[in-house]
This record gives sequence, C-alpha cells and structure tokens, in this order.
Amino acid sequence: MNASLHIKGGRIIDPANGIDRIGDLFVKDGVIVDSLPKTEKGERGSEVIDATGKVVSPGLIDIHVHFREPGQSHKETIATGARCAAAGGFTTVVCMPNTSPVADSPATIAWIQERAASTACVNVFCTGAITKGLAGEEMAPIGALAAAGVIALTDDGRCVQNHGVMRRAVEYARHYGLPVMDHCQETTLSADGVMNEGEWSTRLGLPGWPSLAEDLIVARNILLAEETGHPIHCQHISSARSVRLLREARQRGVPITAEACPHHIALTDGELKNFDTNFKMNPPLRTQADIDEIIAGISDGTITILASDHAPHATYEKEVEFDRAPFGILGLETELALFLEILLHQRKALTLPQILGMLTVNPAKFLRLDRGTLSMGAPADITILDPDHAWTVDKNESSSLSRNTPFHGHSLRGRAMTTIVGGKIVWDLESGFRS
Amino acid sequence: MTTHQWKHKDLCALADHTPDELLTILDTAKAFKGVGERNLKKVPALRGKTLVNFFIEPSTRTRISFELAAMRLSADVINISASASSLEKGETLLDTARNLEALRADLIVIRHQSAGSARFLADRLNASVINAGDGAHEHPTQGLLDAFTIREKLGCIKGVRVAIVGDILFSRVARSNIQLLTKLGAEVTLVGPSTLVPATFACLGVKLAHSIDEVLEEVDVINLLRIQHERQRKEYFPGLGEYTARFGLTKKRAERINPECLIMHPGPMNRGVEIDSDVADGRGSVILDQVTNGLAVRMAVLYLCSGGVPFAPVASAANSLS
Repeated sequence: MNASLHIKGGRIIDPANGIDRIGDLFVKDGVIVDSLPKTEKGERGSEVIDATGKVVSPGLIDIHVHFREPGQSHKETIATGARCAAAGGFTTVVCMPNTSPVADSPATIAWIQERAASTACVNVFCTGAITKGLAGEEMAPIGALAAAGVIALTDDGRCVQNHGVMRRAVEYARHYGLPVMDHCQETTLSADGVMNEGEWSTRLGLPGWPSLAEDLIVARNILLAEETGHPIHCQHISSARSVRLLREARQRGVPITAEACPHHIALTDGELKNFDTNFKMNPPLRTQADIDEIIAGISDGTITILASDHAPHATYEKEVEFDRAPFGILGLETELALFLEILLHQRKALTLPQILGMLTVNPAKFLRLDRGTLSMGAPADITILDPDHAWTVDKNESSSLSRNTPFHGHSLRGRAMTTIVGGKIVWDLESGFRS
Repeated sequence: MTTHQWKHKDLCALADHTPDELLTILDTAKAFKGVGERNLKKVPALRGKTLVNFFIEPSTRTRISFELAAMRLSADVINISASASSLEKGETLLDTARNLEALRADLIVIRHQSAGSARFLADRLNASVINAGDGAHEHPTQGLLDAFTIREKLGCIKGVRVAIVGDILFSRVARSNIQLLTKLGAEVTLVGPSTLVPATFACLGVKLAHSIDEVLEEVDVINLLRIQHERQRKEYFPGLGEYTARFGLTKKRAERINPECLIMHPGPMNRGVEIDSDVADGRGSVILDQVTNGLAVRMAVLYLCSGGVPFAPVASAANSLS
C-alpha cells in the first residue's frame, strides 16, 4: 500500500478554507501535507492520480444514513452501506439509531463501532437515541452514550411527541455538548398517512400525511432551541412552510439548523400515481411549491446541510400493498449526482463550492468532526469528482443489499470518480473497490 | 362518434381510461342487460374460464353480483375470503395471488382495504385483475353501474347535474363516480361536512358544497353514500343526528327536489340516517335498478377484460350471443 498520494492538476475546492484553485494535493501517512519529498514525487512508493479536468474536494459527509446493523442485515450491513457511501463519494457517514436493538445503550454503540472498524471502508459515526427504545417516553442514558462516542442524539424514524420529554432531553444533552436532531412529525396529524396530503392523496385515496404535521414540530423545535439555547437540527425537511419557519428563526439567531434530501427536491407526490412503493418515504414527497421553497432555503442559507436518508429495504418488503410497505429509499449512490443535477445544472441555485460546502464543512462543523476540509494535517478524506459526468442510474449496479431506488433509469450529471479515506483509495469509478 | 374498443386485461381504476373506453363498457353492458331479462339467463361467452372472487375485505352485494355475472357468462367461479386464505398465515398478497394464477385462474376479482392493491396485482400477474374496491381509491364497477343507471333513466350523462352526498374523503364509490361522470361531461357537486369533503377535491373538476339544502333544487341526480360514525370518523363529525340534520335526505327535503330527479344509493343503506325510509322506497328512487344494472355492468367488464369484442349500442346486440 502506498503511504503517499500525489493528486495532480485538479480543481481543488476546499470550502472550509475558501479555496478554489487548480493545483496539486499531497497526502502522506493518512493526512494532507503541503508537499512530498522530491524523491517520492512520481516515484515508487507514491501513487499519482491525474485529476486534470476534475474536482478535488474534501471527502463528502452524510449525516443521515440507515445501515440496518444490528438486526436487519438482510436490508444492509455496515459493510455494504459503507460501500454505497464510497461509491457515492462519501468518506464519512452518520448512522441513525433505529437498529434492532435500538442504539440507546453504550453496548450497542460499541458493537456498531467495532463492526464499522472491522468492516467499513469509510468513517462511520453513531448517533444515539434520545429516548429508550425510541419510545418517546424515558430519556436514554445520554451521558453514557456521550461517553461511548455518539456524536448526536436523535429518535429518527420516530419523533418525540411529548414536549416535556423533548425539552428535558435537549436541556440534558446540553451538558454533554451533544446536538439533538429531530425527525419532525406530529403523529396525531400525520396519523396513518402514507403520502403527502393534497391533490394526489385525494386522487389515489391513500391516507394523507400533511405538511402541517412537520411544520408543527419544526415550530416546537424552534421554540425549544430558543428556550434552551442548545442546537436542534431538523432532519429531512420536506415542507415549504417549515422552510419559512426555519428562515425566520435563524434570522433571529435561534440555534436551529436543517437538512434537505435529494428526493425532496427531485420528485413530487404525483410520482405515486402508479402506487410504486419506491416513492414511499418519510417524510413523503410533496409538491412543486415545496420543492421550490426547499431550494430557496438551500440557496439562502436556511438549510445548511445536505443528506441522503439512505434507507434500504429488501425488495420483498417493498413489494406489498402501498400502505403496508416500509418507508424509505436508497440514497448514498445517487445523492451527489442529484444535488449537482438539480442545484448546479438545472436550477443554477448554487455554485459548486457552495454545494460541496453543504456536504463537507457544514456537516463537519455541526457535528464537530475534524473532517470536511483539505487543511494541512487534516485526515486525508478526499473525493475526486466530475460535476459534468453524465450517467444513468442502474439499481442493479448498486453496492447495497437492497434495490429500493426511485431513480432507476434516471440520467444525471455529476459523479464521484475516486474516493479516498484516510489517505487510501477505497473506490474509483473505473476499477471499483480496492479491497 | 364513439369508437368502440377495449384493449385492457384489467380494470383497476376508471381514472386510467378514456371516455371512449368507458362508453364502450356502458354500451356493452346495455347489450348484456338484455340477457338478464330473458328466460334463459346464460351465455357461453366465458365458458371454460375460471374466475376467482378474492375478497380480502368483507362484501356480500358486490361479491354476489360478480359471482352471478360470471355464472351468466358460463365461467367457473371460486370465492375466497381473507379468513379462508393463507393471508391469515402471513402469506403476502402477491404470493397468494400468484398461487391463484398457478392454478390457472383467468380472472381475479379483488376487494382489498389497501388503495392501489388491484393495480399492484394487475402489474404483476398475467391474469385479468378486476378491482372490486381498493381502500378509499376506486370501486370502478360501482361507478360504471351508477353511470349506466343515470344514462338509462335520463338518456345521457353529458350535462347531467349530479350531487354525491356523504363521506367523500373515505369513499371509493365517490372517486369512481367523480372520474367517470366528469369524463363523460356531467356536472358533479360533492356535498358533506368540510372535514369529509376537503377543499383538495376541487382539483378533480367538481364543485363542493357543505349543505345539502344548497343543491337540492339544482340537481338531476342525488347519490347518497352510506355514512358511518365508527371510531375513525369521530374526529371528523360529531354524530349521526347532526349529520342527518344537515345532510340527510329527509321527506321534507325530498319535497323540494325536482320531480325527475333520481335518488341513488350504492348500499347498504342506513334508513333514517342519510336517507329517509319512505324516500328510499319512493318516487325517483332507482336504488334497486342500480343493483340490477350492476350485474350487466360486471358481465360487460368480465367479458371485455377476457378479450371479448365490444358491442355497439344496438338494442338487439345481445341476440347475437345466444
């Protein structure tokens, strides 16, 4: 294995340092260095990557993935999920705690960390549950989870309905400096809803999950963040009004943040017309007006983080009646391309450095990771990408154990070319995985 | 001029079909109605074919109607209910249906509580799939028999003013009626409490009203849906008494309607709730005609989805079947 890398002639974009220039990047012993000794340049012992015409970015970070281990390894394992990440250009992922058992104890966290260390080809960080068993009633052992190394708390997939419980959890998490992330869904309003409430739920006769159910919890979280002074992060925002609530709160300086997922800006609820469960996720696809407002929120800094909500499910689990199918779709392998296709190419809503910032330095800062930058001495997590590379999504080429993507057959522009984790090339488009 | 053609193996939703296709079914049903009026009520159109009535959700009227329709077409019929199927043992809907297909069922008539379930099977099976009601989505043969009845009694559908009254939000009957009637040019008004007739329905090209009194004198057809006040509905309206007071077709209200107005109900009726008992049996009520016509419509649907040649609207067409 080469201890050093020389990445030549690429467009180096490092949003953390405001860098956007053509040049060379050097890696030695797993960290970024300013040069390599003369003897090593181009010599044996240092691998040279020609990045001419490509973009060299800090390794991408996705703070919202479901890797299904422990408990549901028929859908995905930490190893296969990590391969999806690498093939999508992501060098760091943050796993949600809705595993089986739930990641609400130091023992489960330790198991996941150990599993990741021995099987994953990218960096895997854990979140811990806010409440025991994600039941929304009793606080999880937050101090012990912090000591075990979780980097944030969330009951993702569920939403803490009891405001008293949520308030105390946020106050308590503050002692440990753990950000709280929330899946925003008021369940008396979403009830048995399986799709956006609106024209299409009316046409299809499927129970509606109204935007209002998200908006109400976003408003709750704004108030709690303001009251406690502790950051709350609203996961996978899907509704226009939620964006407006967040915008107003952030202008007032409330420590509230939000993320957006590709499917919520790529697809509308009209896609459900054939009852295809690959378009079923939580929160659901909404309307064009919601898409426009989410993109506006991404453009104006209301939404600062981009994530996938990678949620694998086996084909046989998805191939059932619509209302009985589990929520969720694959995301990691199409995420970068969808964000580039929509935000950069089609909408021209942001520049490439801005988009990469929302996939690198922003999530890193939010979760206080020493990553997401190409600073000297930083871990050499690097993604070489081509924002113009045209390709067609083929679900059968996925590294996932599952196939539940609504984007099969979509033609997109933008793709990771090479993924480098800790100074080692783990994947590149031409030759695939290195190990 | 209508071109009569039908090229589909399935009938899952009226929303999927063109006005011409819908008229093709109605005209073919007209020919089949003649068969039911004869002494010998059977034709050999589906002889040798096997039809499975696959009713996951309980139903008597619709199941019997399909069963009788199939028998009149000389098909062999099997009835399966949820409790008698392997769904109880945890088998998936798709696996159960594939087993039926492996037994060489030609037609599967499905009723299921999940919206989209008929379409789900139709996309995956070679057998014809006929939707007999999928959740709150559609009940296509009910929509067709309602339209058939309107056409039979009033001579046309275009321009006819139809009020559909009741629990629209959860009604597959309403959705199928709306699809068919608007495609064929009727003017549809949905009537009910604003919780059960939410504003989103306006996108279907219909008018909305939240009091039956607003529409009584303005319509040619009143279609009253069964209203229930079980657990799920308790947050939608306060009770049956208040419903009847505002939306029930009482005797007093019936006096105000146009004498030619048809009174329809898909059944089963709650006498004294959505419809007064005397009104249900009185002048203008075509509730039992709907049941009779349901048979003809279902014969037409089974026949066409099995590859039968559509009938043009000629009164004597049924004769050619014997």
